[in-house]
Amino acid sequence: MIEFVHVYKRYGEKVVLEDLTFRIERGEIFTIIGPSGSGKTTILRMIDLLENPSSGSILIEGHDTNVSEGERVALRRRMSVVFQKPAALRGNVFENVALGLKFRGTPRDEMHARVTEALGLVGLDGYEERKATTLSGGELQRVAIARALVSRPEILLLDEPTANLDPVSTERIENLISFIKEQFGTTIVLSTHDMIQGQRLATRIAVILNRTIGQVGDSHQIFYQPKSREVARMVGIENIFEGTVAENTGGLAKIYIGNATIAAICPYPEGTHVTLYMRPEDVIFLIEKDGKSTARNEIEGTISRVTPMGPSVKIRMDGSIRIVAVITRRSYDELGLSPGSHVYASFKASAIHVVKNEQ
Amino acid sequence: MNEIIEGFIRAGELIISLDPEVLEITARSLLISLTATLIASLIAIPIGGFIHFREFGGKRGLITIIQTLYALPTVIAGLFVFLLLSRVGPFGFLGLLFTPTGMIIGQTVLVVPLMVGMTLIALSGVKKTLQDEVISLGATSSQIIWTIVKEARFAILGGVILGFGRAISEVGAAMIIGGNIRGYTRVLTTAIALETSMGNIAFSIALGIILLIIALGVTTALFLVQER
Repeated sequence: MIEFVHVYKRYGEKVVLEDLTFRIERGEIFTIIGPSGSGKTTILRMIDLLENPSSGSILIEGHDTNVSEGERVALRRRMSVVFQKPAALRGNVFENVALGLKFRGTPRDEMHARVTEALGLVGLDGYEERKATTLSGGELQRVAIARALVSRPEILLLDEPTANLDPVSTERIENLISFIKEQFGTTIVLSTHDMIQGQRLATRIAVILNRTIGQVGDSHQIFYQPKSREVARMVGIENIFEGTVAENTGGLAKIYIGNATIAAICPYPEGTHVTLYMRPEDVIFLIEKDGKSTARNEIEGTISRVTPMGPSVKIRMDGSIRIVAVITRRSYDELGLSPGSHVYASFKASAIHVVKNEQ
Repeated sequence: MNEIIEGFIRAGELIISLDPEVLEITARSLLISLTATLIASLIAIPIGGFIHFREFGGKRGLITIIQTLYALPTVIAGLFVFLLLSRVGPFGFLGLLFTPTGMIIGQTVLVVPLMVGMTLIALSGVKKTLQDEVISLGATSSQIIWTIVKEARFAILGGVILGFGRAISEVGAAMIIGGNIRGYTRVLTTAIALETSMGNIAFSIALGIILLIIALGVTTALFLVQER
């Protein structure tokens, strides 16, 4: 549906995006994840033809988008954008939502029917006569989504659609996004800095790092099988170890990492230099040595730091290696843990993602 | 001191009794300045729109020149139009010197730069993000311009009102181009200048009060528009 081919974007001397090459398939939710200021908005603006690449090309259904302004308007009319901070015209909600239809010369009756339908979709029935300038942030965001949907776009571009919203509004909008994809088969491109949101919504995810794409994949690939240390850090994988495969028996390997040996599922032969990745959610703590559980790894250590994170607690344990874990508040309390507690960190061989180091 | 108080009393009588000459001068002032404002709007708003929406070389310089012309002295605008319309000037054959039409041209020249500038300020007051929204909703170039101008309409109207205020209160151009001919080109400001010099204080004060009332009306209208 949308294809970037070696796209670069520069503002004067400053390179914002470098050598982007990827494809967005019809009907998928393609999520772009990256830190603030990494160029996510610029990618969406280039797709909507609001900005041109400095070099490289962007194709929509195989056709280059570097065309006359008239053709660009025609292409733009097949897409809609919801900006991170939507702006509204003076006037009421109806006039704002109907704007795209007015530009397309939609007859008055149909315009009314479709505005009513779009406002219904976003849960703002009966808001037609309200002044757009008096809406709350969440309401304005929904008006912006209604305005985007009313033209029944093939491609919907959403720039951080929930960045400024409370949790209730966020959930409502996430549900709406899934609904739009299911109901209308719309191709959705969404940018977010919220990893969890990316994971919840996306068919595929692109991670933007250092001005280019670090990795594109489904959420399992991105969150459990990162290609590089940078991607791993970005998606919250806090346990990263360098090591060497010591022995490999039918895919179950023992890997030396400094002072410890870790059992991991791994395709590489003895002597391979590898990097190990493990999500903090995949670690559990035991008060006493167990040795009988299905988890093949147990590392002894002392809790050195505890950070509350709402319903979870992030724990750093120092032993022969340093391990970061996220466990529920409830199990933290039930085990009676505190900084200084002596514990065993336990995790499965399959929780470890092993990547061969490039020489 | 007595003379001044007497003047005010006489002035009150002239206004309340709807003195024909006072009315006639007021009506002519309004007609000339409103017409000039209307013509200037028709010229200035499209020019402002063009400068705002198009990129071209020398754009910054042009805006600076326009801003300088805000303070164009009225006598210079008057002199400029006088030279154009005088018998030896390029438009002398039209015979517009010392006519109300000539005065309209003079006031138009005077307020166009101010109105262009105010239009530019009004249009740049529309958030850039709103323009992006309009473009992304599939607007053609002319739809973009129309939508943004409409969005800025109250601020643009503020500029128009300001232009009217400058037109009706100026005396230099009206005097030079109109010549202050009684019953033909005499307007509030030129009449005040003349009557005062002739010692006809009461008449001047009456016209002054009317001019101030019009100014008050303009300011009120401006305030109401900007409240929107």
